[in-house]
Amino acid sequence: MMIQVFGVPIQALLGQLLIGLINGSFYAILSLGLAIIFGLLNIINFTHGAQYMLGAFAAWMSLTYLGVNYWVGLILAPLIVGAFGILMERLMLRRLYHLDHLYGLLLTFGLALVLEGVFRQLYGVSGLSYTIPDIFQGGVNLGFMFLPYYRAWVIVASLTVCFATWFVIERTKLGAYLRAATENPELLQAFGVNVPLMITLTFGYGVALAGFAGVLAAPIYQVTPVMGSNLIIVVFAVVVIGGMGSILGSIVTGIALGLIEGMTKVFYPEASGVVVFVIMALVLLLRPAGLFGREK
Amino acid sequence: MIARGKNSLLIGAALMLVILLIAPHLFYPVFLMKVLCFALFACAFNLLLGYVGLLSFGHAAFFGSAGYITAHMVKALDFNPVAGILCGVVVSSLLGLVIGWLAIRRSGIYFAMITLGFAQVIYFLSLQLKFTGGEDGIQGVPRGTLFGLVDLTDTMSMYYFVMVIFLCGFWLIYRTINSPFGQVLKAIRENEPRARSLGYDTDRFKLMAFVISAALSGLAGGTKSLVFQLASLTDVNWHMSGEVVLMTLLGGMGTIFGPAIGALLVVTLNNYLAGFGSWVTIIIGAIFVTCVLAFRRGIVGEILEKVRTWPTRGKG
Repeated sequence: MMIQVFGVPIQALLGQLLIGLINGSFYAILSLGLAIIFGLLNIINFTHGAQYMLGAFAAWMSLTYLGVNYWVGLILAPLIVGAFGILMERLMLRRLYHLDHLYGLLLTFGLALVLEGVFRQLYGVSGLSYTIPDIFQGGVNLGFMFLPYYRAWVIVASLTVCFATWFVIERTKLGAYLRAATENPELLQAFGVNVPLMITLTFGYGVALAGFAGVLAAPIYQVTPVMGSNLIIVVFAVVVIGGMGSILGSIVTGIALGLIEGMTKVFYPEASGVVVFVIMALVLLLRPAGLFGREK
Repeated sequence: MIARGKNSLLIGAALMLVILLIAPHLFYPVFLMKVLCFALFACAFNLLLGYVGLLSFGHAAFFGSAGYITAHMVKALDFNPVAGILCGVVVSSLLGLVIGWLAIRRSGIYFAMITLGFAQVIYFLSLQLKFTGGEDGIQGVPRGTLFGLVDLTDTMSMYYFVMVIFLCGFWLIYRTINSPFGQVLKAIRENEPRARSLGYDTDRFKLMAFVISAALSGLAGGTKSLVFQLASLTDVNWHMSGEVVLMTLLGGMGTIFGPAIGALLVVTLNNYLAGFGSWVTIIIGAIFVTCVLAFRRGIVGEILEKVRTWPTRGKG
């Protein structure tokens, strides 16, 4: 017997919802990273997409050239990407804090072009594939749909990282410092906290999140130099929709938009590429500060 | 001081006209037409970034969509070139009205992200709509004849046609900047709450500036599609939005001639590096980084600053 929802077989619907949930987890990790960075540095990191790509390439390169396995790659790649971010903050971004925020956007945009260009020069635009680690080969038949193990792992891993980040920021002393630095960095520094170091490490962490997402994505999508640039535009829209005021808000918005995108693929495939932007337009009309945003 | 500024501007304008008239005899005219189209595009963009302080990261939407409309009107519906370009301008202005109306609800970096998002919608539409020809674009667009008199398939006639369009657009931007309306725009750039407290409806001024900028970007894009007889996805891509930002930044944002000079440099660079694969992207990115870190006034801006501080330094 075939169960149908609005004339669509339930298998197709659930399959697309699964893909939507996976995309949504990536939106969530990436917009979370952007929100943390924005909170403390007041810049929008345009390099975020390129750093996601860098994470995927770091995992692919360490597997291909050094034979490093997936699990080590999952730790190693974010560290490499995070270290790159720390260098970037120390050498370049630091010089721009006294200027208009737009310069931060322009600088990171330029860096994104450089990174994308370098990898395109080295590896071309055709995708490289990263084989799914043995332990996640195959999947389970849930009766109503087939769930590949690796996809389940991606959802679990990204949600775990998102909620761990939320917990640290909202429920621990370190997070309290972070929130204080977002509100009033001068006052916190006056209490003896090393705010510049905190800013550097926060940027490194936000960027490492992008690298982590890149490694998770490597076995699902093709590893290509342009994998980040189209994604980042959607993630920007997610950030506008959610508003950057709340950590939990960016996680929830990311996942919800991924699911909505998946649903659109079932019912009206032509619009699946633009549905996020249409929602962005609606949010701007009805609640310009974003669903979870506060007007600054 | 004002008299000197006016004089140097007159000299600049005269110099530009002479260069524009001599250049096609020395350089390849198609290359020059490309420079002129991008120069107009960059000047239109600068109206928004340099004089209102709004960074749009989606201006390719206006440039590219006008290109598609012009190409379609001229090729499929046998419009004459001027009417075709005007259709392009009308469509890009309407797009500017809608996108601008939504985007000015937020400011700063949100504004940049929102315009980028809407430009991506235009990109998807260009990829999927029937008349745009998907990946192929609209090819073999006829240039036609101007008012039934001047044959635009002749390269030199086309050059002068493009030159006149550029000069009209440039003059319009100059007039806008130096009008009372332009003064209000600058006031908004410097201090928006104060402009509002003086009784100006700042959102309306921002929207008007956005529409003018979108219309002139459309003028540039429509003209470019006639020059190359092609409308393609390259012109609606976000890379194009980034390139026009770079032209303005490199030449000098908020200066009158800066964006045109930036356009000349970026187009030249693109032409020379066309055969070197991704090196164009790498070098353009590197110029971005250098400009932001070391060179924020841009070429013309730095020169103006030198001229301004020169007498005092001479005395000291």
